Amino acid sequence: MIAALAFYVFAAILIASAVMVVTSRNPVYSVLFLILAFFNAAGLFLLAGAEFLAMILVIVYVGAVAVLFLFVVMMLDIDFTQLREGFQRYAPIGAIIGAILLIELLMVVTTWRFAPEAMTLRLNPMPAGVTNAEALGRILYTDYIYLFQACGLILLVAMIGAIVLTLRERPGTRRQNVGEQIARSGSVALRSVPQGAGLKVIGIERPPSPEEAKPKEVEYHGHGGHH
Amino acid sequence: MVDFLFNHPIGILILTVVKTLALLVPLLIGVAYMTYAERKIMAAMQMRKGPNVVGPFGLLQPFADAIKMLMKETIVPTGASRVLFLFAPMLTFMLAMIAWAVIPVNDGWAIADINVGILYLFAISSLGVYGVIIAGWASNSKYAFLGAMRSAAQMVSYEVSMGFVIVTVLLCVGSLNLTEIVRAQQTVWFAIPLFPMFVIFFISTLAETNRAPFDLPEGESELVAGFFVEYSSMSFALFFLGEYANMILMSSLTVILFLGGWLPPIDIAPFNWIPGPIWFIAKICLCLFTFVWVRATFPRYRYDQLMRLGWKVFLPFSLVWLVLTAAVLKLTGWLPA
Repeated sequence: MIAALAFYVFAAILIASAVMVVTSRNPVYSVLFLILAFFNAAGLFLLAGAEFLAMILVIVYVGAVAVLFLFVVMMLDIDFTQLREGFQRYAPIGAIIGAILLIELLMVVTTWRFAPEAMTLRLNPMPAGVTNAEALGRILYTDYIYLFQACGLILLVAMIGAIVLTLRERPGTRRQNVGEQIARSGSVALRSVPQGAGLKVIGIERPPSPEEAKPKEVEYHGHGGHH
Repeated sequence: MVDFLFNHPIGILILTVVKTLALLVPLLIGVAYMTYAERKIMAAMQMRKGPNVVGPFGLLQPFADAIKMLMKETIVPTGASRVLFLFAPMLTFMLAMIAWAVIPVNDGWAIADINVGILYLFAISSLGVYGVIIAGWASNSKYAFLGAMRSAAQMVSYEVSMGFVIVTVLLCVGSLNLTEIVRAQQTVWFAIPLFPMFVIFFISTLAETNRAPFDLPEGESELVAGFFVEYSSMSFALFFLGEYANMILMSSLTVILFLGGWLPPIDIAPFNWIPGPIWFIAKICLCLFTFVWVRATFPRYRYDQLMRLGWKVFLPFSLVWLVLTAAVLKLTGWLPA
C-alpha cells in the first residue's frame, strides 16, 4: 500500500518535473527541475530494491554532472527573445520529428513481449543473501568484463578529446613550480629570531628609512576633508 | 507496548520520530556550542579572551546570537529570484541534517542502518554544493555569484579524491555498511595502515565544508562574504548552522572511516569501561578542534594552488595508493570475502 503510494508520488513528480525541464523559460530552472527528476528516479530505484543504483544516480548525475550543467548554464548569457525567434519557422519540422518518434514508441510498446525466462527473472532479479552492490559486481566483473573495459576505454578517449580541444599554450604566462620554490635556498631563508630581540641584535640592518615625505603645499583646502 | 513500537506501522513511525529527535536536538545544541568553542579556541590561540560577557564564561553567547538572528528582518534583494533565494539556505540546512540518519553512534545505534550507508553519505555531501550555487545565483549579485562559482569548482574537485579514499577504505572492509566499517577496525584503526589516506581525507573534508584554508567561496577579503553576502537574519543563520553541522558530519565520517567510530583505542580495562557514544563524541571533538586549529594557523590558499592541490597532488596520490592497497590485500590474502 505505502510502496504503491510512494511509487505514484515519485512517478508523478518525475513526469511533472521532466515536463518542466522542457517548458520552463529560464534554463537555470530547467536544470533544477532536471535535478528534481533525477531525485525521483533515484526514489523509484529505491522502491525497486536497487539501492546501489539509486545512490550512484545521485552521486554521479546529481552530484557531478548536473553541477557542471548548472555551472555552464549560469555562465551563459542567453538572449531569450533570440531563442524564440525562429519558433514558427521550425515548428512544422519539429512536429514531424516528434510525430515519428511517437509512432516509433507506440510501435515498440504495443509489440513488446517479455521472453518467458525474463518473466521469471523479473520476479526475482537478485540472488538471495547478497547485497545489491555485490550482485552487480559479480555480473559486471565476470560475464561482462570486456564490455565494461570497453566502456572505460570510450570514456578515456572522450576525456583525452576534451583535454586536447581545450588545452592551449598561452605565451608569456609564468607558471608556478612549487617544487622549485621549495627547493630554492639562499635568496630566501627562514630565520628563527629569539623572542624579544630586535633585528639589530641578530645582525640584520634595516635600510635607512626614507625622509619623511613633506606634506604637499595645498593652497585651497576646500571643505576641510577628513580628520 | 514494545510490540506496538516495533511492529505496528504507527509505532515504528513514533519510534523513528523519537530517535530522530534524540539525535537532532543534541546535534543542534552541539552546533550552537561549536560556534562558541571555535571563538574561544581561536581567541586562546590569538591571546584574546573571546566571548566572555553573556553568562558565565560567555556560555550563553550562542543563544544570544540565535535570538538576535531571529529578531532581525529577512531581506530579499529586489533583483533576487525569490523562491530560490529562500530555498537555498533551507536546502543547505536540510542536507546537513538528513545525512545523520545513517551515522552509527554506537554498535547498532543508527536511525537507518542501510547497506549502502557510505554511498548515502557521499551522495548527501556531494549535494551540499547546490545550496551554495543556488544561493549565489538567486542573489543576483556579482560577489555572491563569484563565490558560488568558486565553490562549485572546489567541491567537485575535492570530491574526486575523497571518493578514492573512501574506495580504499571499502577495499579493506568489504562492505558499504557504516557499522561494518567500524567493526572492521577492531584490531587496528584504519588511520594507522592508511595514514596518508587519512591525511588526504581530512584535508579534503576541509575543502568540502568550505573551511579555512579553503574558504575561498566566502573569502571576505575579496568577495565580502561570498555566496551568502545578500543573506540576513534566519536565512543567514541557516547557512551558518548548516556549515557547522556539516563540519560535525564530516568529522564523524572521518571518525567512522579512520578512527574506529565508537571503539576504544585499546580494548583493555579502563578504556572499555567508557561507553561507545562517549568515545565517538570525544573523537569527533578531536577532529573539530583540528578544524579550528587549522583555521587559526594557516593563511587562505590561492585559488590556482587550491585546484593544483586537488587535481595534481591528491588525485594521483590517492589513485596510486588505491592500486597499492588493492595489490597488497590481494598478495597477502587479507582481502575480505
